[in-house]
Amino acid sequence: MIDKLFGWIDDRVALSRSGRHLLNKIFPDHWSFMIGEIALYSFIVLLLTGVFLTLYFVPSGSDVIYHGVYSPLKGQTVSEAFNSTVNLSFQVRGGLLMRQMHHWAANIFVGSIVVHMLRVFFTGAFRRPREMNWMLGTTLLILAIFNGFLGYSLPDDLISGTGIRIAFSITESIPFVGTYLGFFLFGGQYPGTAIIPRFFILHVLVLPLVIIGLLAGHLGMLVKHKHAQFRGRGARDDNVVGSPLWPTYAAKAGGFFFLTTGVTALLGAAVQINPIWQYGQYYAYKVSYAVQPDWYMGWLDGALRVMPSWEVHLPGHMIPTVFFPAVLLPGLTFNLIYAWPFIEARLTGDRAEHHLLERPRDQPLRTALGAAVFAFYFTLFGASATDVLANYLSLSLNLVLWSFRVLCIVVPLVVFPVAYKICLELQSTKGAGQRKRHNVVVRSAEGGYATVATPEYPGYIQPELDPVPLDDVDLVSAMARDGDDQADGVYRIPREYR
Amino acid sequence: MSDAPDSPTPEHAGSHVPSGTPVSVDAPQFQVAARHPRRTEGVVALAFVVALVSFAAFGGAYWQNANNYLLGITLGVALAAFGFGLVSWGKYLMPRGPFEEPRPQMATTEREREEFVGDFATRGKIAIERRGVLAKLMGAAGAVLGVVALFPLVRSLGPKPDSSMYHTTWRKGARLTAIDGRPVNTDDIDVGGIITVFPENDVGGALSQTVLIRIQATGDVVTGPGKETWGPHGYLAYSKVCTHAGCPVGLYQELTQQLLCPCHQSLFDVETGANPVFGPAPRPLPQLPLYVDSKGFLRAQSDFDEPIGPGFWYRGGSNGSPK
Repeated sequence: MIDKLFGWIDDRVALSRSGRHLLNKIFPDHWSFMIGEIALYSFIVLLLTGVFLTLYFVPSGSDVIYHGVYSPLKGQTVSEAFNSTVNLSFQVRGGLLMRQMHHWAANIFVGSIVVHMLRVFFTGAFRRPREMNWMLGTTLLILAIFNGFLGYSLPDDLISGTGIRIAFSITESIPFVGTYLGFFLFGGQYPGTAIIPRFFILHVLVLPLVIIGLLAGHLGMLVKHKHAQFRGRGARDDNVVGSPLWPTYAAKAGGFFFLTTGVTALLGAAVQINPIWQYGQYYAYKVSYAVQPDWYMGWLDGALRVMPSWEVHLPGHMIPTVFFPAVLLPGLTFNLIYAWPFIEARLTGDRAEHHLLERPRDQPLRTALGAAVFAFYFTLFGASATDVLANYLSLSLNLVLWSFRVLCIVVPLVVFPVAYKICLELQSTKGAGQRKRHNVVVRSAEGGYATVATPEYPGYIQPELDPVPLDDVDLVSAMARDGDDQADGVYRIPREYR
Repeated sequence: MSDAPDSPTPEHAGSHVPSGTPVSVDAPQFQVAARHPRRTEGVVALAFVVALVSFAAFGGAYWQNANNYLLGITLGVALAAFGFGLVSWGKYLMPRGPFEEPRPQMATTEREREEFVGDFATRGKIAIERRGVLAKLMGAAGAVLGVVALFPLVRSLGPKPDSSMYHTTWRKGARLTAIDGRPVNTDDIDVGGIITVFPENDVGGALSQTVLIRIQATGDVVTGPGKETWGPHGYLAYSKVCTHAGCPVGLYQELTQQLLCPCHQSLFDVETGANPVFGPAPRPLPQLPLYVDSKGFLRAQSDFDEPIGPGFWYRGGSNGSPK
């Protein structure tokens, strides 16, 4: 039956002609390649749980009286968005789980994109011919951050509402067009009239469609280029070494999807996230203490906090202080990321195609630079917790803020030489990075120390093998041995089915 | 399936993969990676059994409308066990490899490119350039479409920025009104007290929100020259919208007479006209001039004397006079 169906389809779209290349597509076996997969899978989780949420969420800012089961809110005037979010959390079967999984998946989505980018950066995977895919991935990160912000703003709770207020202030800080942008986006002066329905359609339709389109391009380019790979096991610039899509990676990647989803479900079950019924409905005049955005906005929040109160006054105009940390800084950041492959090519003069990845230690300058820049943003991220830290450590806010202002400059300056030095040290360590070997520090009779690589791990019974081309594998004998009388190297659909 | 021999695709052409003697499936690359396949098989089987049982348990929990923990943990354990089983199967019980496939260089040859460009340019020339007028007219029409397509963005999405950037709903004589709609009398607040007030016709307004603080029992509080009458009976009123990023400046510390914005920790000194003394806020909170009417109710002398809230491009200098 399946044979017949396959034969019927194959006669019409020549499935087996292109399909064989797909089945034999080689994926390199390295753990760091799974990070991007986590991003892909958590995006699928976002789509699935998100569809569930849209069935119950009401994207409206209109006032209603809360009559649900959560007694502390009973009788309060809330927006329909807030009301429906609380109701889908408490009164829809599995609703809270879906909502918490959705929020956790969003955090994992952005997080895995960032880690994936770090992997790509530190191994030099962005070099020719992958510059465009690097830029595409950067765009995906920006869209993911935006959509995350839009998403957690939808419930119209006190904390996210404060975030929207800040977003409006940031928008209106842009020279020339800022106030226009703000009015057009919000439908008028803050708080506007249309923000929840507009954020909703952007969040559930427009941005997901753009993300899906760019994701298809990202993966299409990956298939075109084939995976980059680390050295070793016969890997060269003109081949890919690893395991085939069928069946090995179908099992590994498919299983990894379920693992990612399972972890997301466990987080959604056991770790509460965004309990909006505790924050309450957003009112413009209300605010709560210790207001922090989701983690991926933290660096911007930190930048807003550490930025000194400088404004630029021009005749009849001004550049507000939030422009620098919240518009200029991210603008520079993402443009630098976009431009990095070209900057590096210009600095090194290396414009050749590269499919073999580099160890971070072998490019100490790039590694140190990347580490320093990342340390800068990580410090900004830490700065978004100045109030919490001051409270927790019983320090004055003044001291904590000034510490972070200093740290933002000092940390990158320290990280750069340290990372550089670590790279050089690792380079000069014999045998480091070779698999299945330990390094032993030996003290000589004279009292000197030396690092000696031990022989290959004796208990390891399967030595490294050379890669074999899958297309040349002799399946004839195997199938004949299994008693398959049609075996001639390719599995055939019998003629009579056509 | 066609009976033609597997013809080399362009991807294979010019690759360096040695092709010759076929590889047998008895090659070590086809052996499994597990050192003890039977044991691994048992582990995978156990994982699938756990998944099966947990999926069923999830179904039962859902059917019975169980709580979030039970739902999530059964689902999570089931998915994770299922995934663990599959990954382990793929990693340890399938051919360990390594296998390889050729990879073409991305850069095309000079000839490939010339052929493509030749097709594109030659056919294009014949079809398009000979009808230059048509091409230009089409381009012009397309350009107009491109421009008018942008009109909805600037004409429909929202009004243009208007005087609401420079003025709030506070007017001369507006009664200071609490969120519950009650007007504020001079006797209502003790020294050290703070409430949020609005003009009576805009209670809850996002831009007109104002903090009213009583810092002393009697006498006018003077925060600067020209503001001698703005703070009657020990009352001071400031815009509650932070001049940094627009958050409500909601925390008041009586001991130091400071207002704190909880978003980015700007501190404003209440007694000296809400000057920023710490943090990223660049300007003082605008002060609302007050007076007390004959019945003891607090009223506004006028709107704030400068635009409230964070800065914007058209704000026009530090005094913020409207364009």
